[in-house]
Amino acid sequence: MDYQELRHFADSWGLVFMVVTLAALVGWAFRPGSRAVHDDARMIPFRDEETHHER
Amino acid sequence: MSAFFSAGAYLLFGILSLFMIATATSAGFAIHGVIILIACILAVATTVGRLKPDPNGGWLLPDTNNGGYYDGVIKAGVIATVFWGIAGLLVGVVIAAQLAWPVLNLGLEWTSFGRLRPLHTSAVIFAFGGNALIATSFWVVQRTCRTQLFAPGLAWFVFWGYQLFIVLAATGYLLGITQSKEYAEPEWYVDLWLTIVWVAYFVVYVGTIVKRREPHIYVANWFYLAFIITIAMLHIVNNLAVPVGFGPKSYVVWSGVQDALTQWWYGHNAVGFFLTAGFLGMMYYFVPKQAGKPVYSYRLSIVHFWSLIFLYIWAGPHHLHFTALPDWAQTLGMVFSVMLWMPSWGGMINGLMTLDGAWDKIRTDPIIRMFVAALAFYGMATFEGPVMSIRAVNGLSHYTDWTIGHVHSGALGWNGMITFACVYFLTPRLFGASRMYSLRMINWHFWLAMGGIVLYASSMWVAGIMQGLMWREFNAEGYLVYAFAEVVAAMHPYYIIRWLGGVMYLAGALLMAWNVWMTAKGRLRDEAPLDAGLPYNPETDKPLAAPAFAKAAAHAQPAE
Repeated sequence: MDYQELRHFADSWGLVFMVVTLAALVGWAFRPGSRAVHDDARMIPFRDEETHHER
Repeated sequence: MSAFFSAGAYLLFGILSLFMIATATSAGFAIHGVIILIACILAVATTVGRLKPDPNGGWLLPDTNNGGYYDGVIKAGVIATVFWGIAGLLVGVVIAAQLAWPVLNLGLEWTSFGRLRPLHTSAVIFAFGGNALIATSFWVVQRTCRTQLFAPGLAWFVFWGYQLFIVLAATGYLLGITQSKEYAEPEWYVDLWLTIVWVAYFVVYVGTIVKRREPHIYVANWFYLAFIITIAMLHIVNNLAVPVGFGPKSYVVWSGVQDALTQWWYGHNAVGFFLTAGFLGMMYYFVPKQAGKPVYSYRLSIVHFWSLIFLYIWAGPHHLHFTALPDWAQTLGMVFSVMLWMPSWGGMINGLMTLDGAWDKIRTDPIIRMFVAALAFYGMATFEGPVMSIRAVNGLSHYTDWTIGHVHSGALGWNGMITFACVYFLTPRLFGASRMYSLRMINWHFWLAMGGIVLYASSMWVAGIMQGLMWREFNAEGYLVYAFAEVVAAMHPYYIIRWLGGVMYLAGALLMAWNVWMTAKGRLRDEAPLDAGLPYNPETDKPLAAPAFAKAAAHAQPAE
């Protein structure tokens, strides 16, 4: 595979793959039911008091 | 058994270092051999020294597991952060003075600007920033996974191994051992050592996530993990080099424009994943904690994460405008840099809006004020960056001090401020104090740092734009108007202003070191509260008029 072939693969299929993957990952955050998961997850930093601190 | 295994591994490295000393053809390589030998002796001594005889025969390691979080290594990390911060900023002040008064190069190769400059950049980025990242990541991953650190012994290896990397890199620069790649100056054997340490870091971090008791992996860990993995990839690829025999010199496998692109793919993503993603991990944990409010939008934090990861990795070519790099690649780097503005500001807004409903904390809590200032500078630097990546703007800004000003508004403003805030958050908790020794000192630190950044950034904008304009000034005959030396002379006053800014920033950090030291000693400074609140009449619930202001202020009750 020479430079030109690699370049054309990168700016066609490579680009499509990256865009679709990013869209899927971002879209996943907007799926129905994500709000409940997010409302729960954002409180995680405040749950650490259950395990006691080692001084 | 594992203690004997580690001791054996350290012994092997010790033998290797003896070989380094014996075969060294340069003083620098021999000195590095001695440093490694001392480190190995200390490592073997502490590993074996911790062993206690087992009553049933054999040897035992002391049981450090008390069921709580493992914070010993974090304590060491915070101290190292403060120490390297002072060291790195001090060298920065020295080289700023050298630019203003060249006599300070002292005519010695070891103290010349060329050798001290990488010492400054590596000390502040990798030593100060790196220790802060490692320490905070160990804190955050334990708390958000509600579990103890995986393999605490290995975490200690990461800490001390990283300090050895720093010492080898720093002494190497002074001795003239460098592969001359910006922000990747350490030579092949130091790079290999960092790779070992980094793999151990990855194992500790992922191991802790794997044994988490919280089903969801909190978003701060995503940022830290992206930082750890991407830095491993960048470090290995950019440092692929062939050593010349067994000595301190190597040649990279790439050449020409491929080398340049690999270097700036590394260099810009060191900014993107070391100085941005890792520090965003801090932001997503410590800002909500200090504000006492959850992050503004968890959904936005996920969108922020994926878009930052997908866009940042392509922005590197903007360092190579108007070079032998193909035009399409330059344009690609420029376009991705401009698009990067969006996730950056998404993250900034997410951090700032976490304070929604608690904005008064900016006035009353100097630590929150530092976090907010850090986010503001993150926003400013990530707006300025895309502008400077545009080819036409870059034609003016590149190779001038505008770039230096841009980098420092990000480094001093974003990375420095958020690290200081995290140090102030962690120190009382690690040393079992109710608060920092002095909150007023934090306030002074804040204003010294802000003043320093303002002097630094504004002087470098003026100097850089002037420099760029003077370089390209043609007269009617088509000749350049200014000689290079005339441009240098014109920048002299700005170099002095920049040095002053650095001195102020360093002075603030020294206050922090004193404050941390006193807190660690268990002292609390007896001081008036920072903010007693505006004087008001409690019966009418209205602020008091001006004449009564001073009198009422004297009697006002502390807000807390």
